[in-house]
Amino acid sequence: MPAPSMPSTFTRKRRAPGLGESVLRPDAPAKTKGQFAFSSDLWMEGMLWGATLRSPHPSARIRSLDPAPALAIGGVHAVITNDDLWGSRTYGLEHHDQPVFADQVVRYHGEPVAAVAADHPEIARRAAAAIAVDYEVLDPLVDSEAAITAPPIHPDGNLFRHLKIRFGDPGARGEVVVEGDYEVGMQDQAFLGPESGLAVPSEDGGVELYVATQWLHVDRDQIAACLNLPREKVRLTLAGTGGAFGGREDLSMQIHACLLALVTRRPVKMVYSREESFFGHVHRHPARLWYRHHATRDGRLVSVESRMVFDGGAYASSSTAVISNACAFAPGPYFVPNAKVDGYAVRTNNPPCGAMRGFGAVQTSFAAEAQMDKLAAALGMDPVELRLANALKQHDQLITGQVIIGTAPVAECITACRDLPLPEPLAADAPALSLPGGAGLTALAGDVRRGVGFAVGFKNLGFSEGFDDYSTARVRLELGPADEPLATVHLATAEVGQGFVTVAMQIARAELGVREVVVQAADTQVGSAGSTSASRQTMMSGGAIQMACSAVREVLLERAALDLHLAPADMVLEEGELVTRDGGASVSLADALRAGPIEATREFHHAPTEPLDENGQGNAHWSLAFAAHRAVVDVDPELGLVKVVQVATAQDIGKALNPLAVTGQIEGGIAQGIGLAVMEEIVLDQGKVRNPSFTDYLLPTALDMPPVVQTWIEQPERGAPYGAKGVGEPPTVSSTGAVVAAIRQATGLPLRRVPVRPDDIALTP
Amino acid sequence: MSSDEATGADQATERYTLSVNGTDRPVADAWIGESLLYVLRERLGLPGSKNACEQGECGSCSVLLDGVLVASCCVLAADAAGSDVRTVEGLSPEGELTDVQRAFVDQGAVQCGFCIPGMIVAIHDLLDRRPDADELALREAISGNLCRCTGYGRVFAAFHAVKQERARAST
Repeated sequence: MPAPSMPSTFTRKRRAPGLGESVLRPDAPAKTKGQFAFSSDLWMEGMLWGATLRSPHPSARIRSLDPAPALAIGGVHAVITNDDLWGSRTYGLEHHDQPVFADQVVRYHGEPVAAVAADHPEIARRAAAAIAVDYEVLDPLVDSEAAITAPPIHPDGNLFRHLKIRFGDPGARGEVVVEGDYEVGMQDQAFLGPESGLAVPSEDGGVELYVATQWLHVDRDQIAACLNLPREKVRLTLAGTGGAFGGREDLSMQIHACLLALVTRRPVKMVYSREESFFGHVHRHPARLWYRHHATRDGRLVSVESRMVFDGGAYASSSTAVISNACAFAPGPYFVPNAKVDGYAVRTNNPPCGAMRGFGAVQTSFAAEAQMDKLAAALGMDPVELRLANALKQHDQLITGQVIIGTAPVAECITACRDLPLPEPLAADAPALSLPGGAGLTALAGDVRRGVGFAVGFKNLGFSEGFDDYSTARVRLELGPADEPLATVHLATAEVGQGFVTVAMQIARAELGVREVVVQAADTQVGSAGSTSASRQTMMSGGAIQMACSAVREVLLERAALDLHLAPADMVLEEGELVTRDGGASVSLADALRAGPIEATREFHHAPTEPLDENGQGNAHWSLAFAAHRAVVDVDPELGLVKVVQVATAQDIGKALNPLAVTGQIEGGIAQGIGLAVMEEIVLDQGKVRNPSFTDYLLPTALDMPPVVQTWIEQPERGAPYGAKGVGEPPTVSSTGAVVAAIRQATGLPLRRVPVRPDDIALTP
Repeated sequence: MSSDEATGADQATERYTLSVNGTDRPVADAWIGESLLYVLRERLGLPGSKNACEQGECGSCSVLLDGVLVASCCVLAADAAGSDVRTVEGLSPEGELTDVQRAFVDQGAVQCGFCIPGMIVAIHDLLDRRPDADELALREAISGNLCRCTGYGRVFAAFHAVKQERARAST
């Protein structure tokens, strides 16, 4: 359990209520009662159901496509294909290279070919299946290494990005050298709320879309282009969102549902099945990584060389940014004076990959931390001591040449994590459910070997490489129905489960000294909030609320000062009262609001960043967050079964604005890291997805998840609102590496690939 | 399946009555293939049971059928006619929470919340059957309730809070 220190900066009266306290989620009671409306719960009189026809082949030419058999089915209202589009035929987060519907060719298993609207979901599914498509099946390009030089499978070519980093003397050599090849499998976000939404045609010829997503405005812009509508005629409202983890940053059913709604002039609901969900969103990039670490004999890093190939699948999505993170953070959170890194993100006929929690940093962390253990072994050093000796700190340079100006408590994370209590040894009479294999009653306590592993990771917070990253907040303060001051906070920030709605209320309460705060539904009627990704919303949207509240407060102070014939500078807002600095006179908030509501809209932009130059050098990142993980595992080497016994972590969080929410983010992020370590992988066979179900794609269950012991390093980040850093991703960056390091210690096996499967342990000679 | 079999005409033929949370709910014009989950959500206005996988793997659609915990996605609705169906909506009256629901709120066990209704139905079922269940029993009982957000840590905390509160109340 964490022992959060109460942040001293919040003891000033104006900020007293709420911030830094474990305020409970406003949406939690409804969620426990089944009364919270998720995107798949939407219903409207007269609505139709949409369904998608998807390619069964990773690569094929469409010889012919006949919608007639589908249209002949009673209850079918529309079939729409590439031939029926009237706007842009392609879309994409950064590069518009993905067809709305397959245009003559299909490039991955599951690519949308057509969509159907019908009275009943079963009719829609059968109608989609009835569309006659004649495919000429082609050999898919599935090898990411081969894709670099293979004939292009798309007019834009196969190379999304080759990023070169040359830092210091790229040819520098160390006295001790270790080298290794590593591989990371394709992980799925597996958010529980399936892709879904309701599109409603509006009277002005536009469309309203209620949808679960991460970034309303970028969705809107892509949708509007494909509908050939001006942006203001495409209005999006966030529907209840059942998790995201990066998988909702790209579009899924949005354009299809809107097209069907406009064609049929009826509301259209689309809800993916779990199987379709596996085809309907991008995944974490599978990666192959080669590393060579150079060090002095006394354990100082001299140089890191790496070459990595990330499989982006058929379409670009955010591959160029993912490979940028992977390269920039390639050595892990250590100071290394020389580096030579080549990263490739390539196009193949595998499923498209893009954002997932950790975003590029996960893959390199797994490899780099394995290298650090290998180096420690070659040096005869303790792996934790080696990490401490090379830990990055404030004012050090990253391999991109950027000097870290924010906080970088890497050594503090390492020592705090190392010092957390270890679990009890495995008892001889331990219940079978707590042994490797669990309910299968497979392992015997006497055969089990315990291992302990350590890993440290980091990543950027907010968007990098020169992107103008901002969020917009509108705050309105007025007298509510009970003559109480009421603040309404309006942003386009996607609450996907992370708890932003709670933090938004806390900030407004703290800044304005009011009790009643309403967080309005997120929609596109206010400026962009940017994406709920990159661990950025507490910082970015939190910062925007702080600024808007500040502007509202200035007006309050002016009004009060006018009443008292004083200057606004003579007044402060304390505990819901506008008081003179000497405390002699006061005006209540309610009185100040009788002159009418006060509203302010503000944008928070983080400090500008720069693109990387031809040597991968530049101040590309704003703020960084770090975490150390220690994992304890029990392994049955004969059966290859692993039970994770405990994960301990110390995380750099700046300041906790809501300790309970931080605790939950860290536990949940570690669960996903454990998943990648020992069970989660989308299995491909020549580009075909073999396990699109929760039967065959395994997620950590309540029996798999060990206790998480956590502690926090709280050093306020300058330039970040309230000193808080985003907390969502670091738990996922290095927990995977820690678990695998522990399995290596228990088994002595090299284990160069995740997820580690039973046969990797039991069948390795 | 030929297209003839999939016409609207063959779909809108079934009529039956379900007993849901103690109330008789007639269902008309239903297709025989509809799951109990679908009928609860789309025909009876009870979307509290969730549709995370519709493969019987995730537990988000858990309901009690004649007192037995089932995945409602894997039960044909028409087969449930004549049975007593209890859903998350039947656990507590409007504006009130059960002790398990209250503990989930207070202990931070809710993030996105998609798995939560099914998880709460499963925990009530466990505690009804085994009031003395310990954490390992809980872990086993909800190992069929997948949660992707929380890592289950706060769920365990909520379970312990309920157990403590019930122990206090019974002394």
